[in-house]
Amino acid sequence: MSAHTNAASVEFRNITKKYGVVKAVNEVSFTVEAGSLVTLLGPSGCGKTTTLRMIAGLEQSSSGQIFIGDQEVTNLSVMDRDVSMVFQSYALFPHMSVIENVAYGLREQGYNKKDAYEKAEDGMAMVGLSGFGKRMPNQLSGGQQQRVAVARALVLKPKVLLFDEPLSNLDAKLRRKVREEIRELQQKLGITSIYVTHDQEEAMAVSDKIIVMNDSVISQHGTPHALYEQPKNLFIADFIGDATLVDGRFISANESHVKLHLDTLEVELPHRNLPNLEQKLDIAIRPHAISVHTQEISNSIKGKVLKSTYLGGHVEYELETALGVLFAVDHQAVSAIPATTMVSVCIAQQGIALVGG
Amino acid sequence: MQKVVLAWLTVGLLGFFALPWYAIEDGLWNFEWLIEGSLLDPDYASGALQFFVGDTIWLWPIALFLAAPLTVIKQRTDSARFYNTLIYSGGLGLLYVLIQGFLVGIAGWEYAIADSLFGELSVRQFGLGSGALLVLSALLFQFTNGLAAKGVMKGDIFVVGAIGFVIATVLAFVFFPVLGILSSAFQNDDGELQAALFLGKFFNANIWGLGCLSNGSCGVAINSLMLSIMAATISTLFGLAFALVAARSNLIAKKPIRALSMLPIITPPFVIGLALILLFGRSGAITQFLEFAFGIEPSRWLYGLPGILFAQVLAFTPITFMVLIGVVDGISPSMEEAAQTLRASRWRTFITVTLPLMRPGLAAAFLLAFIESMADFGNPLVLGGNFEVLSTQIFYAIVGAQNDQSKAAVLAIVLLIFTLAAFFIQRKWVGKKSYTTVTGKGDSGIHAELPKRVKYVSFGIVMPWTLFTIVIYTMVMFGGFVKTWGLDHSFTMQHYIEAFSITSGEHGLVWSGAAWNSFLTTLNISAISAPLTAAIGLLVAYLLVRQNFVGKQIFEFGTMLSFAIPGTVIGVSYVLAYNVPPIELTGTGVILVLCFIFRNMPVGVRGGIAAMSQLDKSLDEASLMLGANSFTTIRRVILPLLRPAIFSAITYGFVRAITSLSAVIFLVSADYDMATSYIIGRVENGDYGIAIAYSSVLIVVMLSVILLLQLLVGKRKLHRDNA
Repeated sequence: MSAHTNAASVEFRNITKKYGVVKAVNEVSFTVEAGSLVTLLGPSGCGKTTTLRMIAGLEQSSSGQIFIGDQEVTNLSVMDRDVSMVFQSYALFPHMSVIENVAYGLREQGYNKKDAYEKAEDGMAMVGLSGFGKRMPNQLSGGQQQRVAVARALVLKPKVLLFDEPLSNLDAKLRRKVREEIRELQQKLGITSIYVTHDQEEAMAVSDKIIVMNDSVISQHGTPHALYEQPKNLFIADFIGDATLVDGRFISANESHVKLHLDTLEVELPHRNLPNLEQKLDIAIRPHAISVHTQEISNSIKGKVLKSTYLGGHVEYELETALGVLFAVDHQAVSAIPATTMVSVCIAQQGIALVGG
Repeated sequence: MQKVVLAWLTVGLLGFFALPWYAIEDGLWNFEWLIEGSLLDPDYASGALQFFVGDTIWLWPIALFLAAPLTVIKQRTDSARFYNTLIYSGGLGLLYVLIQGFLVGIAGWEYAIADSLFGELSVRQFGLGSGALLVLSALLFQFTNGLAAKGVMKGDIFVVGAIGFVIATVLAFVFFPVLGILSSAFQNDDGELQAALFLGKFFNANIWGLGCLSNGSCGVAINSLMLSIMAATISTLFGLAFALVAARSNLIAKKPIRALSMLPIITPPFVIGLALILLFGRSGAITQFLEFAFGIEPSRWLYGLPGILFAQVLAFTPITFMVLIGVVDGISPSMEEAAQTLRASRWRTFITVTLPLMRPGLAAAFLLAFIESMADFGNPLVLGGNFEVLSTQIFYAIVGAQNDQSKAAVLAIVLLIFTLAAFFIQRKWVGKKSYTTVTGKGDSGIHAELPKRVKYVSFGIVMPWTLFTIVIYTMVMFGGFVKTWGLDHSFTMQHYIEAFSITSGEHGLVWSGAAWNSFLTTLNISAISAPLTAAIGLLVAYLLVRQNFVGKQIFEFGTMLSFAIPGTVIGVSYVLAYNVPPIELTGTGVILVLCFIFRNMPVGVRGGIAAMSQLDKSLDEASLMLGANSFTTIRRVILPLLRPAIFSAITYGFVRAITSLSAVIFLVSADYDMATSYIIGRVENGDYGIAIAYSSVLIVVMLSVILLLQLLVGKRKLHRDNA
């Protein structure tokens, strides 16, 4: 199978989904560009899976419009939408062999058995499972089952490919490998993909763009980089890559940057034309930007170690400072500084982000 | 360990020296011997004294087996001498008591060969009594104690004892009688083995004839087979329709439909047939209406295959429904969603995914209905007419003028072959192929809507069926208030008075109603057997779920086997097996209780397994680690958590005992008449009024018991899910 020519964009216009009076998804709008991989990320119950299922047609939206390519699909049934889905449980049919599973969609589309099986073999080769056709799903490992599920979805050459937490049933080591494979395959085929997960690291690793959802609405939509460097709100700052949130004191601002105090430190950050900087400066400090020193150091703030945890590769600290309690991860440390030690705390510039947008 | 050994030693010696060795005419609980006679009366004498009063010299060695453990009681329990003494004295003692029991019967030697070996024997032996019972238990448990001391089952004295107890009782009350009936089929009238005779009887046109294909009548086995296949097919389809409506539609009546599935549990087996007679019989309500309105002649179409089939489909659909509702609910929604995202329409999804996933469940429901239909006795008895089936023919062979035991045995074998075959297929093939697809992990989603045609067909079945069931139960409830069906439809209390009147006589109240005797006996026997059924069922479940031992699969198979043995076969085999020493129980209440326990045990086992699998094994292990033994663990940890399962097992045991007919009808006696057999007697006399009145009372009683117990359990239920 060569580059995917079928890829289409996906657009949500003011989609709301109500269960009774509860709004699972509230006035959500976004566009996914053709050929890109976009992740729906958020804590459980945020509405991300419902959003995915509405794209698939497994749930009907209460109001709003959904487009795939130029075509409105809001009221089309699942089978008429030209999307495929990889289920969290894989949903391989236990009464069919692997090849029958992969060929199922093709057969339903009207291919004769021979053609369907040929295409299914191609699909299985694509995910590295050639020769496994005759096995039953329960004779495969979790990772293999997952690949069968991907192959089954891919062979239909859908306009959009959906992934519902595809890695959640795999163990941690395998997860990293499989997510790379998925990303590779997606980029090779250029297929529009929408991916649901609650794991921010996974989202950062595979996505062109991430849509973070919280409380049934989109919290922020952007590239992994933008989400990390320019969090729009406290939720994003904390959810993407951990952060301690502190208040900064305004000093001055020019066209591009704002100067501010963090306790005794002076910091300059791009202000992205955010309003009301004089009144309020929400600052996110990334744990790994903080280094802890027992000797006096210039350009640092005073602190006391509340708790330290040695984890081999790094040491985690809770530090009491004038800014509040900071959470720090020190990757350079050889040994942990014990609690109650008075320390100097340095904060690297690139680990400080201005929250807002 | 020593304490337990000493305790059983005491029990055994007490049984041997102080209690009557032989069964006493008036039953186990008769203590007349304490007052009137003495232990010196041969009828009442203990095993030890029998030697002096009854010349039974062979009983004395038993004392040696019993007392042997005394010689090692001071030894370390893990010494070979200790456990070997227990194992050998217990095991050989058990064998010895059984062998002497089977060898010497009511007329001296049981086997002619012993006459020539040891000479004529003038001493007779009767059935074993309370003393012998204690001696046997003591020997059995010394044997298991010895095994435990040797380290079997991690040295757990309770678990080994429990396994030994279950095996011994199942052997005595399931395998022994059934093997007895099998062997009696091979014997001629003089008790000699004759295989040729059996083959002649077995391959007989009366059994296997195919005459009905060419305008004659078929053999009784063929009749049964046809009936069962039809009844199972139709009730499986109906049950599926119900399950689909109940699980997959947004019908308001879903809950009542699920409640309907309770009905067969509280309905004595022949009541449906009885109601059908009142509706469609020659003088039935609908028949008469049809004659009046359209001039359709009343006919006897109901009596025969159509009627039995009709009644069985009505009775078994709720049973298949109960199997299939679990299956339909168990299909993972994401399976169907996956099919839909792969472009399958609703209909195609149903055909290619939903239905195939249900296939093992459908097969299980079919086989269950097949076994039920084969074993059904009440409906063929009431509606059979000239249509002969195996279960009723076995009955007629025993109670009829022919009184042909070997014919009954041959028919019972045929019936057993069918039901056991279904049972085997169910366990070996279907049991392993189940697609329990709800994994619990990531299986949110919604079930696909039913395709329209499936939906319409299902509703087309469910609606009329429900309506008809309501009509039938209304008939049962109110039929007893009508004077004579078909002739005089005026209101009367006469049937209830005749059955249940209480008059005040000279000595206070007199239970003068005709039904009181059987009614009270039924309640009595059922109330005794229900907790015992639950106890042994849960004990077996505990052993199966929580313990691992060699032969566990065979053990499980043996305990579940009685489920596949039709009641008629059980009844006949009990009569044949327990009519003669060493176990003489015919005509007692004990035989009824035993019959209920071992017939209903599989249900308790299954319920117990289901409930116990839900309990994390770490709970028991925690208790064991804290120093409790397994018995305490069961009592303090498992039982309290299983309370709902216990109550439902007791309820079920109680209700099944009340509604049971097929086995009971062979075992009742004048002293111990049961409700169902009394009713059947009335039906055979054409006394429909009192029969239906009595049936309605039974249903109301069972319903109240169930509701009462549910109320009790509901209040005490552990609210773990709210935590």
